[in-house]
Amino acid sequence: MTILSDLAARIATGAVRVVDLTHTLDPDFPVIVLPPEFGQCARFRMEEVSAYDHRGPAWKWHNLSLNEHTGTHFDAPSHWISGRDVPNGAVDEIAPEALIGPVCVIDCSAGAAADDDFALTPEHIRDWEAAHGQIPSGAWVLMRTDWSHRSGADYLNMAEDGAHSPGPTPDAIRLLLDRDIRGFGTETVGTDAGQGSHYDPPFPAHYLLHGAGKFGLQCLRNLDQLPPTGAVLIAPPLKIKGGTGSPLRVLALVDQT
Amino acid sequence: MTEPLSPPKKKDPQRRSPVATLPPRTRSRAGLGLAVAAAENAFRLQTCADCGAVQYPPRDACCRCLSTDLPWRETDRTGTVIAETRIHASPDPYFRARLPWRAGSVRLAAGPTAICHLHGDVGRGDAVRLRLMLDKAGRGVMVALPQTPTPAMEDDPMMRELTAHPRHRRVLVTDARAPEAPALVQALLDAGAAHVWVGEAEAWRRWPGRAGFEGRENVTLVPLDVTDSDSLATLAGEIGGKTDILVNTARHVRPGGVMAADTVQARDAMEVNALGLMRLGQAFGPGMAGRTADGVNRAACFATVLSAHALSPDPGYGAFAASQAAARSVAQTLRAEFARGGLRMTCIYTGPTEDDWHDGLPPPKVAPKALARGIVKGLIDGLEEVFVGDVAQDLAERWRRDPGILERELGDMP
Repeated sequence: MTILSDLAARIATGAVRVVDLTHTLDPDFPVIVLPPEFGQCARFRMEEVSAYDHRGPAWKWHNLSLNEHTGTHFDAPSHWISGRDVPNGAVDEIAPEALIGPVCVIDCSAGAAADDDFALTPEHIRDWEAAHGQIPSGAWVLMRTDWSHRSGADYLNMAEDGAHSPGPTPDAIRLLLDRDIRGFGTETVGTDAGQGSHYDPPFPAHYLLHGAGKFGLQCLRNLDQLPPTGAVLIAPPLKIKGGTGSPLRVLALVDQT
Repeated sequence: MTEPLSPPKKKDPQRRSPVATLPPRTRSRAGLGLAVAAAENAFRLQTCADCGAVQYPPRDACCRCLSTDLPWRETDRTGTVIAETRIHASPDPYFRARLPWRAGSVRLAAGPTAICHLHGDVGRGDAVRLRLMLDKAGRGVMVALPQTPTPAMEDDPMMRELTAHPRHRRVLVTDARAPEAPALVQALLDAGAAHVWVGEAEAWRRWPGRAGFEGRENVTLVPLDVTDSDSLATLAGEIGGKTDILVNTARHVRPGGVMAADTVQARDAMEVNALGLMRLGQAFGPGMAGRTADGVNRAACFATVLSAHALSPDPGYGAFAASQAAARSVAQTLRAEFARGGLRMTCIYTGPTEDDWHDGLPPPKVAPKALARGIVKGLIDGLEEVFVGDVAQDLAERWRRDPGILERELGDMP
């Protein structure tokens, strides 16, 4: 057996489990909200073109409208000003092999349950490494907060002073960049904390990750079904010319043996 | 004395809902002028430019001097009933279902004698106040009303036919976040609405005004987003068959011209203001237009708030004005489509409103309460074109006189 035929067989038997880390694209799923004078992230919308009717007798299909950053989505380096000059920084330019890789999951769910503004710090990362070994170069790092269990207004958790949701500190991102990660992913609407604009630099995950040519994933779910290490993440965005990101289906392969 | 309307009983589910019929629709081109005046509560009659005669009914030439120069002029609204009759038999299906019907001849202070529909509280010899009103077919008819208001006069069966009074009706207000929504809901309840549903888009975005609608008697927040066909289909599936009045308050306003503005915001404006109205018409129009004879709380009116700049743009709000012109055009098509079922399409035009998006503009601006009052008054009066506030009224007047000059005047504004 080759590695690939062995993998296919193990997926078929369930020895390798495929975990879907994706939310359903749904008109009611929250998107990031900016001050109203700015252009806004388009909500997911689906208009029926035909449904086996006078508009098309034998077929049903829809036109979609959405933003590159609607729903569970991928952030390419060119999404942020710091990454504008990164070579191959748009989704269509990223090499396909860069879209599949090992994944480390840092469990912050207890902290996020206690504090909406929970911050992932270098100390948390070092504690995790003490238990599971150093984060390998080229790994995806996902911050598990169980935030995806929230729905409705509790998801963005907006207050008069902005959103309140967990995220990394600038130093945590710097440490991850020292480890030469592939990208960083979260269960919240962005890779940064709800109050991430008040860090220096503002939105450190976006600013530092994309400046270093790394990727982002957000609005993930089912992170509680992943082991801390050992799973493989498959996260290919749509091939959009010059795209700064893309909704996508994120899958994880988990060895059950 | 008018017998006050009682709240309607629940429908007998085994009986067929009454089929809507319309009064006679055919009019000459001149006759349609009455509808134009009635739509906005004007009392304009043909007045001969050559000999000064006021004539009724409208004709193509002056009945006194045969001149064809017959401008429509606002005219004295008073008159005296000189004869009345109670019609007990009619071959017309619409009137057959509403017999007996009272009509009379009224001598207008302006000169002519007119056959009018008579309000129940007026009779032979009475001094009356005349109005041009839109009938169920959307045509202008002359109505004789008591000179001074009488108790419950709006409950008269004829008035109930000619207006969209909210009393005992169930109303859908489409956007709870609109600045005028709280005052509008209150004004509708004050006018006797049986229930008000208030649409809430994006419940996942917290907003402080929500508390004002929660837990109120006869008020329900419902999920509704005019940019999402599915949300409309779902809501129409629940309440489309009992929505008697719909007031669309969803508006997307952003300042900025066309050259320097961005198409993302323009697209949002089109999605909410023009296509949103279209989707509402598609989701709720058929159900409402099919229920226009359905008892005391029959469906009566589909209304939308528009900017008066739908008539002619304010270049400071270029994309918004474009969306308003598109929305007005959608409303006009809906009006033609609804008319076949006897449902009224009402446009409520406002000037700049007192809100975040008109912050930099000088007064006068329309306060949310004034807009709410204007909407409900339009329903009570049975209008199709309502201009709320001085700016909207002034714009409409200048637009009627000369749209080309108005365009240039607005273009010169700082």
